[in-house]
Amino acid sequence: MASVSLESIGKRFGSTPVLHGVSLEVADGEFLALLGPSGCGKSTLLRILAGLEGCDAGTVRLDGRDVTELPAKTRNLAMVFQSYALYPHMTVRGNIAAPLELRRLSALQRLPLLGRALPGTRAIRAGIAAEVAQVADSLGLSALLDRRPAQLSGGQRQRVALARAMVRQPAAFLMDEPLSNLDARLRGEAREEIVALQRRLGATVIYVTHDQAEAMAMADRVAVMQAGRVLQVAPPQALYDAPASLEVARFLGSPPMNILPARIGLGGRVEVEGVALPFHAPPCRAPRLGVRPEGFALADGGLPARLARIERLGAEAILHAALGASGAVVTVRVAAEQATGLAPGQALHLMPRAAHLFDEEGLRLPLHATLPQPAHD
Amino acid sequence: MARRTLLPELLRHAVLVLGAAAMVAPFVVMVAISLKPPGEVFAPQFTLLPQQWHAWENYRDAFTKVPLARFLLNGVLVTACIFAAQAATALPMASALAKLRWAGRGWAFALVVLALLIPPQVPAIPLYIAMWQLELLDSYAAIILPSTISVFGIFLMRQFFRTVPDDLIAAARMDGMSEFAITWRIMLPTAYPPLAAFACLSFIWNWNEFFWPYIAIQSEHLATPPLGIAFFSNVEAGTSWGPLMAAATVVTAPLALAFLVAQRAFVRGVTMTGLKCPPEQRRPPPCPRSPAAAFSPRRCSPHRSTPGPRRAAWS
Repeated sequence: MASVSLESIGKRFGSTPVLHGVSLEVADGEFLALLGPSGCGKSTLLRILAGLEGCDAGTVRLDGRDVTELPAKTRNLAMVFQSYALYPHMTVRGNIAAPLELRRLSALQRLPLLGRALPGTRAIRAGIAAEVAQVADSLGLSALLDRRPAQLSGGQRQRVALARAMVRQPAAFLMDEPLSNLDARLRGEAREEIVALQRRLGATVIYVTHDQAEAMAMADRVAVMQAGRVLQVAPPQALYDAPASLEVARFLGSPPMNILPARIGLGGRVEVEGVALPFHAPPCRAPRLGVRPEGFALADGGLPARLARIERLGAEAILHAALGASGAVVTVRVAAEQATGLAPGQALHLMPRAAHLFDEEGLRLPLHATLPQPAHD
Repeated sequence: MARRTLLPELLRHAVLVLGAAAMVAPFVVMVAISLKPPGEVFAPQFTLLPQQWHAWENYRDAFTKVPLARFLLNGVLVTACIFAAQAATALPMASALAKLRWAGRGWAFALVVLALLIPPQVPAIPLYIAMWQLELLDSYAAIILPSTISVFGIFLMRQFFRTVPDDLIAAARMDGMSEFAITWRIMLPTAYPPLAAFACLSFIWNWNEFFWPYIAIQSEHLATPPLGIAFFSNVEAGTSWGPLMAAATVVTAPLALAFLVAQRAFVRGVTMTGLKCPPEQRRPPPCPRSPAAAFSPRRCSPHRSTPGPRRAAWS
């Protein structure tokens, strides 16, 4: 396995820039997720790393070696595609063996009949067959080796694609939304399977996805991309707890974070809609306060609001409430039992317990809770 | 319900039967005459079957008075060589036009489409001069060389190759295949149906080709089947229509046979070309509702055995 390093990668398609100087470091054995909305350039970045696409600027390094100009086949990276890209005319066995045959057998030895007669072919083929059997066994594909991809279910195809990537022990695995064609239940299983596999092999994995739950659940670190830029790279919890910018804060979390225009009042006290909140911040022009839905508490004091709608989701409930002065709608996540007595139209008070402050450029500002916090509940 | 749909259905079939009859009639006459003695060919009353069977004599004469077997062999040799060359050139070219990104690709493809519009008679004289300067006139090479590149073949295969998913090509590149290996080992195996359709068309065209062999060939022993028939009619014109029609029947038979054998692939290939459906549905071909489904019940059985909602509504 190898470390991967991308240095200020730039790429344009025609006159449209898709990547603006993207830099990323992935350590040996690390699971990094590239998370972003579709069209943000994450797949292009992965294809540049794979060598399937050239880049206009920057350097790609594998284990410190510059591979920017090398073609895909010499980089020793394996890729798992969203469509699995299995060879439709080959059996599962043929699909898994293909990368090994291409590497270990010469063009002559690969010839259908003549190849078998050449010295050495038999031994190499036996070695390949043994490795294919071993990998197939580890992924539970042994019974399917003689089937063709068209005869497999989505989950089975996905495992064949994984097996084809694993079999040649690549320097790193590149995965391009490998689970997005599976149904929800299978996706959960496959998620665990891939993570377990990565831990077992100690593999370097770069995993492209637009599904934040997938990225958060699987990755050691998540790189959030938007419009051809990497906004933040951090472990999942750090990303959620301390988003570096408004864009990251908005992108992560479901329902998304509530963003409220704020003011720094006397003594550095943060005010929203004229209500002083228990937070302190340095002076700043046009700051915005971000509060996650679970960051609000129903209290006696705080922001006055009127309940507009309740979504009951079983274990929890999402409240949609219009703030008193501006009418801006915020979402609040509460435990189901807290929502039992509530009805639309009811007046509430919302007290932010945890919040994030961003300046007018959308960058994170330090925010301190005022101590001691007034005992509202 | 049934009565309302019956009439248009009948009308439609009547039109189809008329069209088919018009197409088949000359062949029926050809086969009928090839069975008759000379006296019956121009008899005032046309009959399908002869009063006096003369088939053996006619077919024997067809094979003995001129070297018909030799003509057939020439035809097979020439069409096989031409198709092999056309496939060997069209597949890599189509692959490059469909899946590689290079400067001028759009122009190159425009030229291919443009070349489709040029009638084959137009370059005949330059080709003739070229063959003369190469001293190849009156040889197999003279018939084969001008047809080695088929723009139609390039066009047809390019349209099909465009539907091969990009991920499949990318996977092959990552697995270590060269561009040529991708063409032969990945693209070609997925492209058998359109290739079979192209083989069928190429065979029919080149088997029937009369114009160019007529210019390029003088020797009887190099003649292709249509040219041979022309020689035949020159030698025997007016006197023995029976053997001539027998020879024509023998020459036409391989075409009919070839089409029957390749029919399934042919229809599938033609209907699939340019058709875009997700890889899961496209492989294995055909799509459940394509007309080709009617020709390949075995391949389609998973789709057909599931009772569709429409069928359920009728029963």
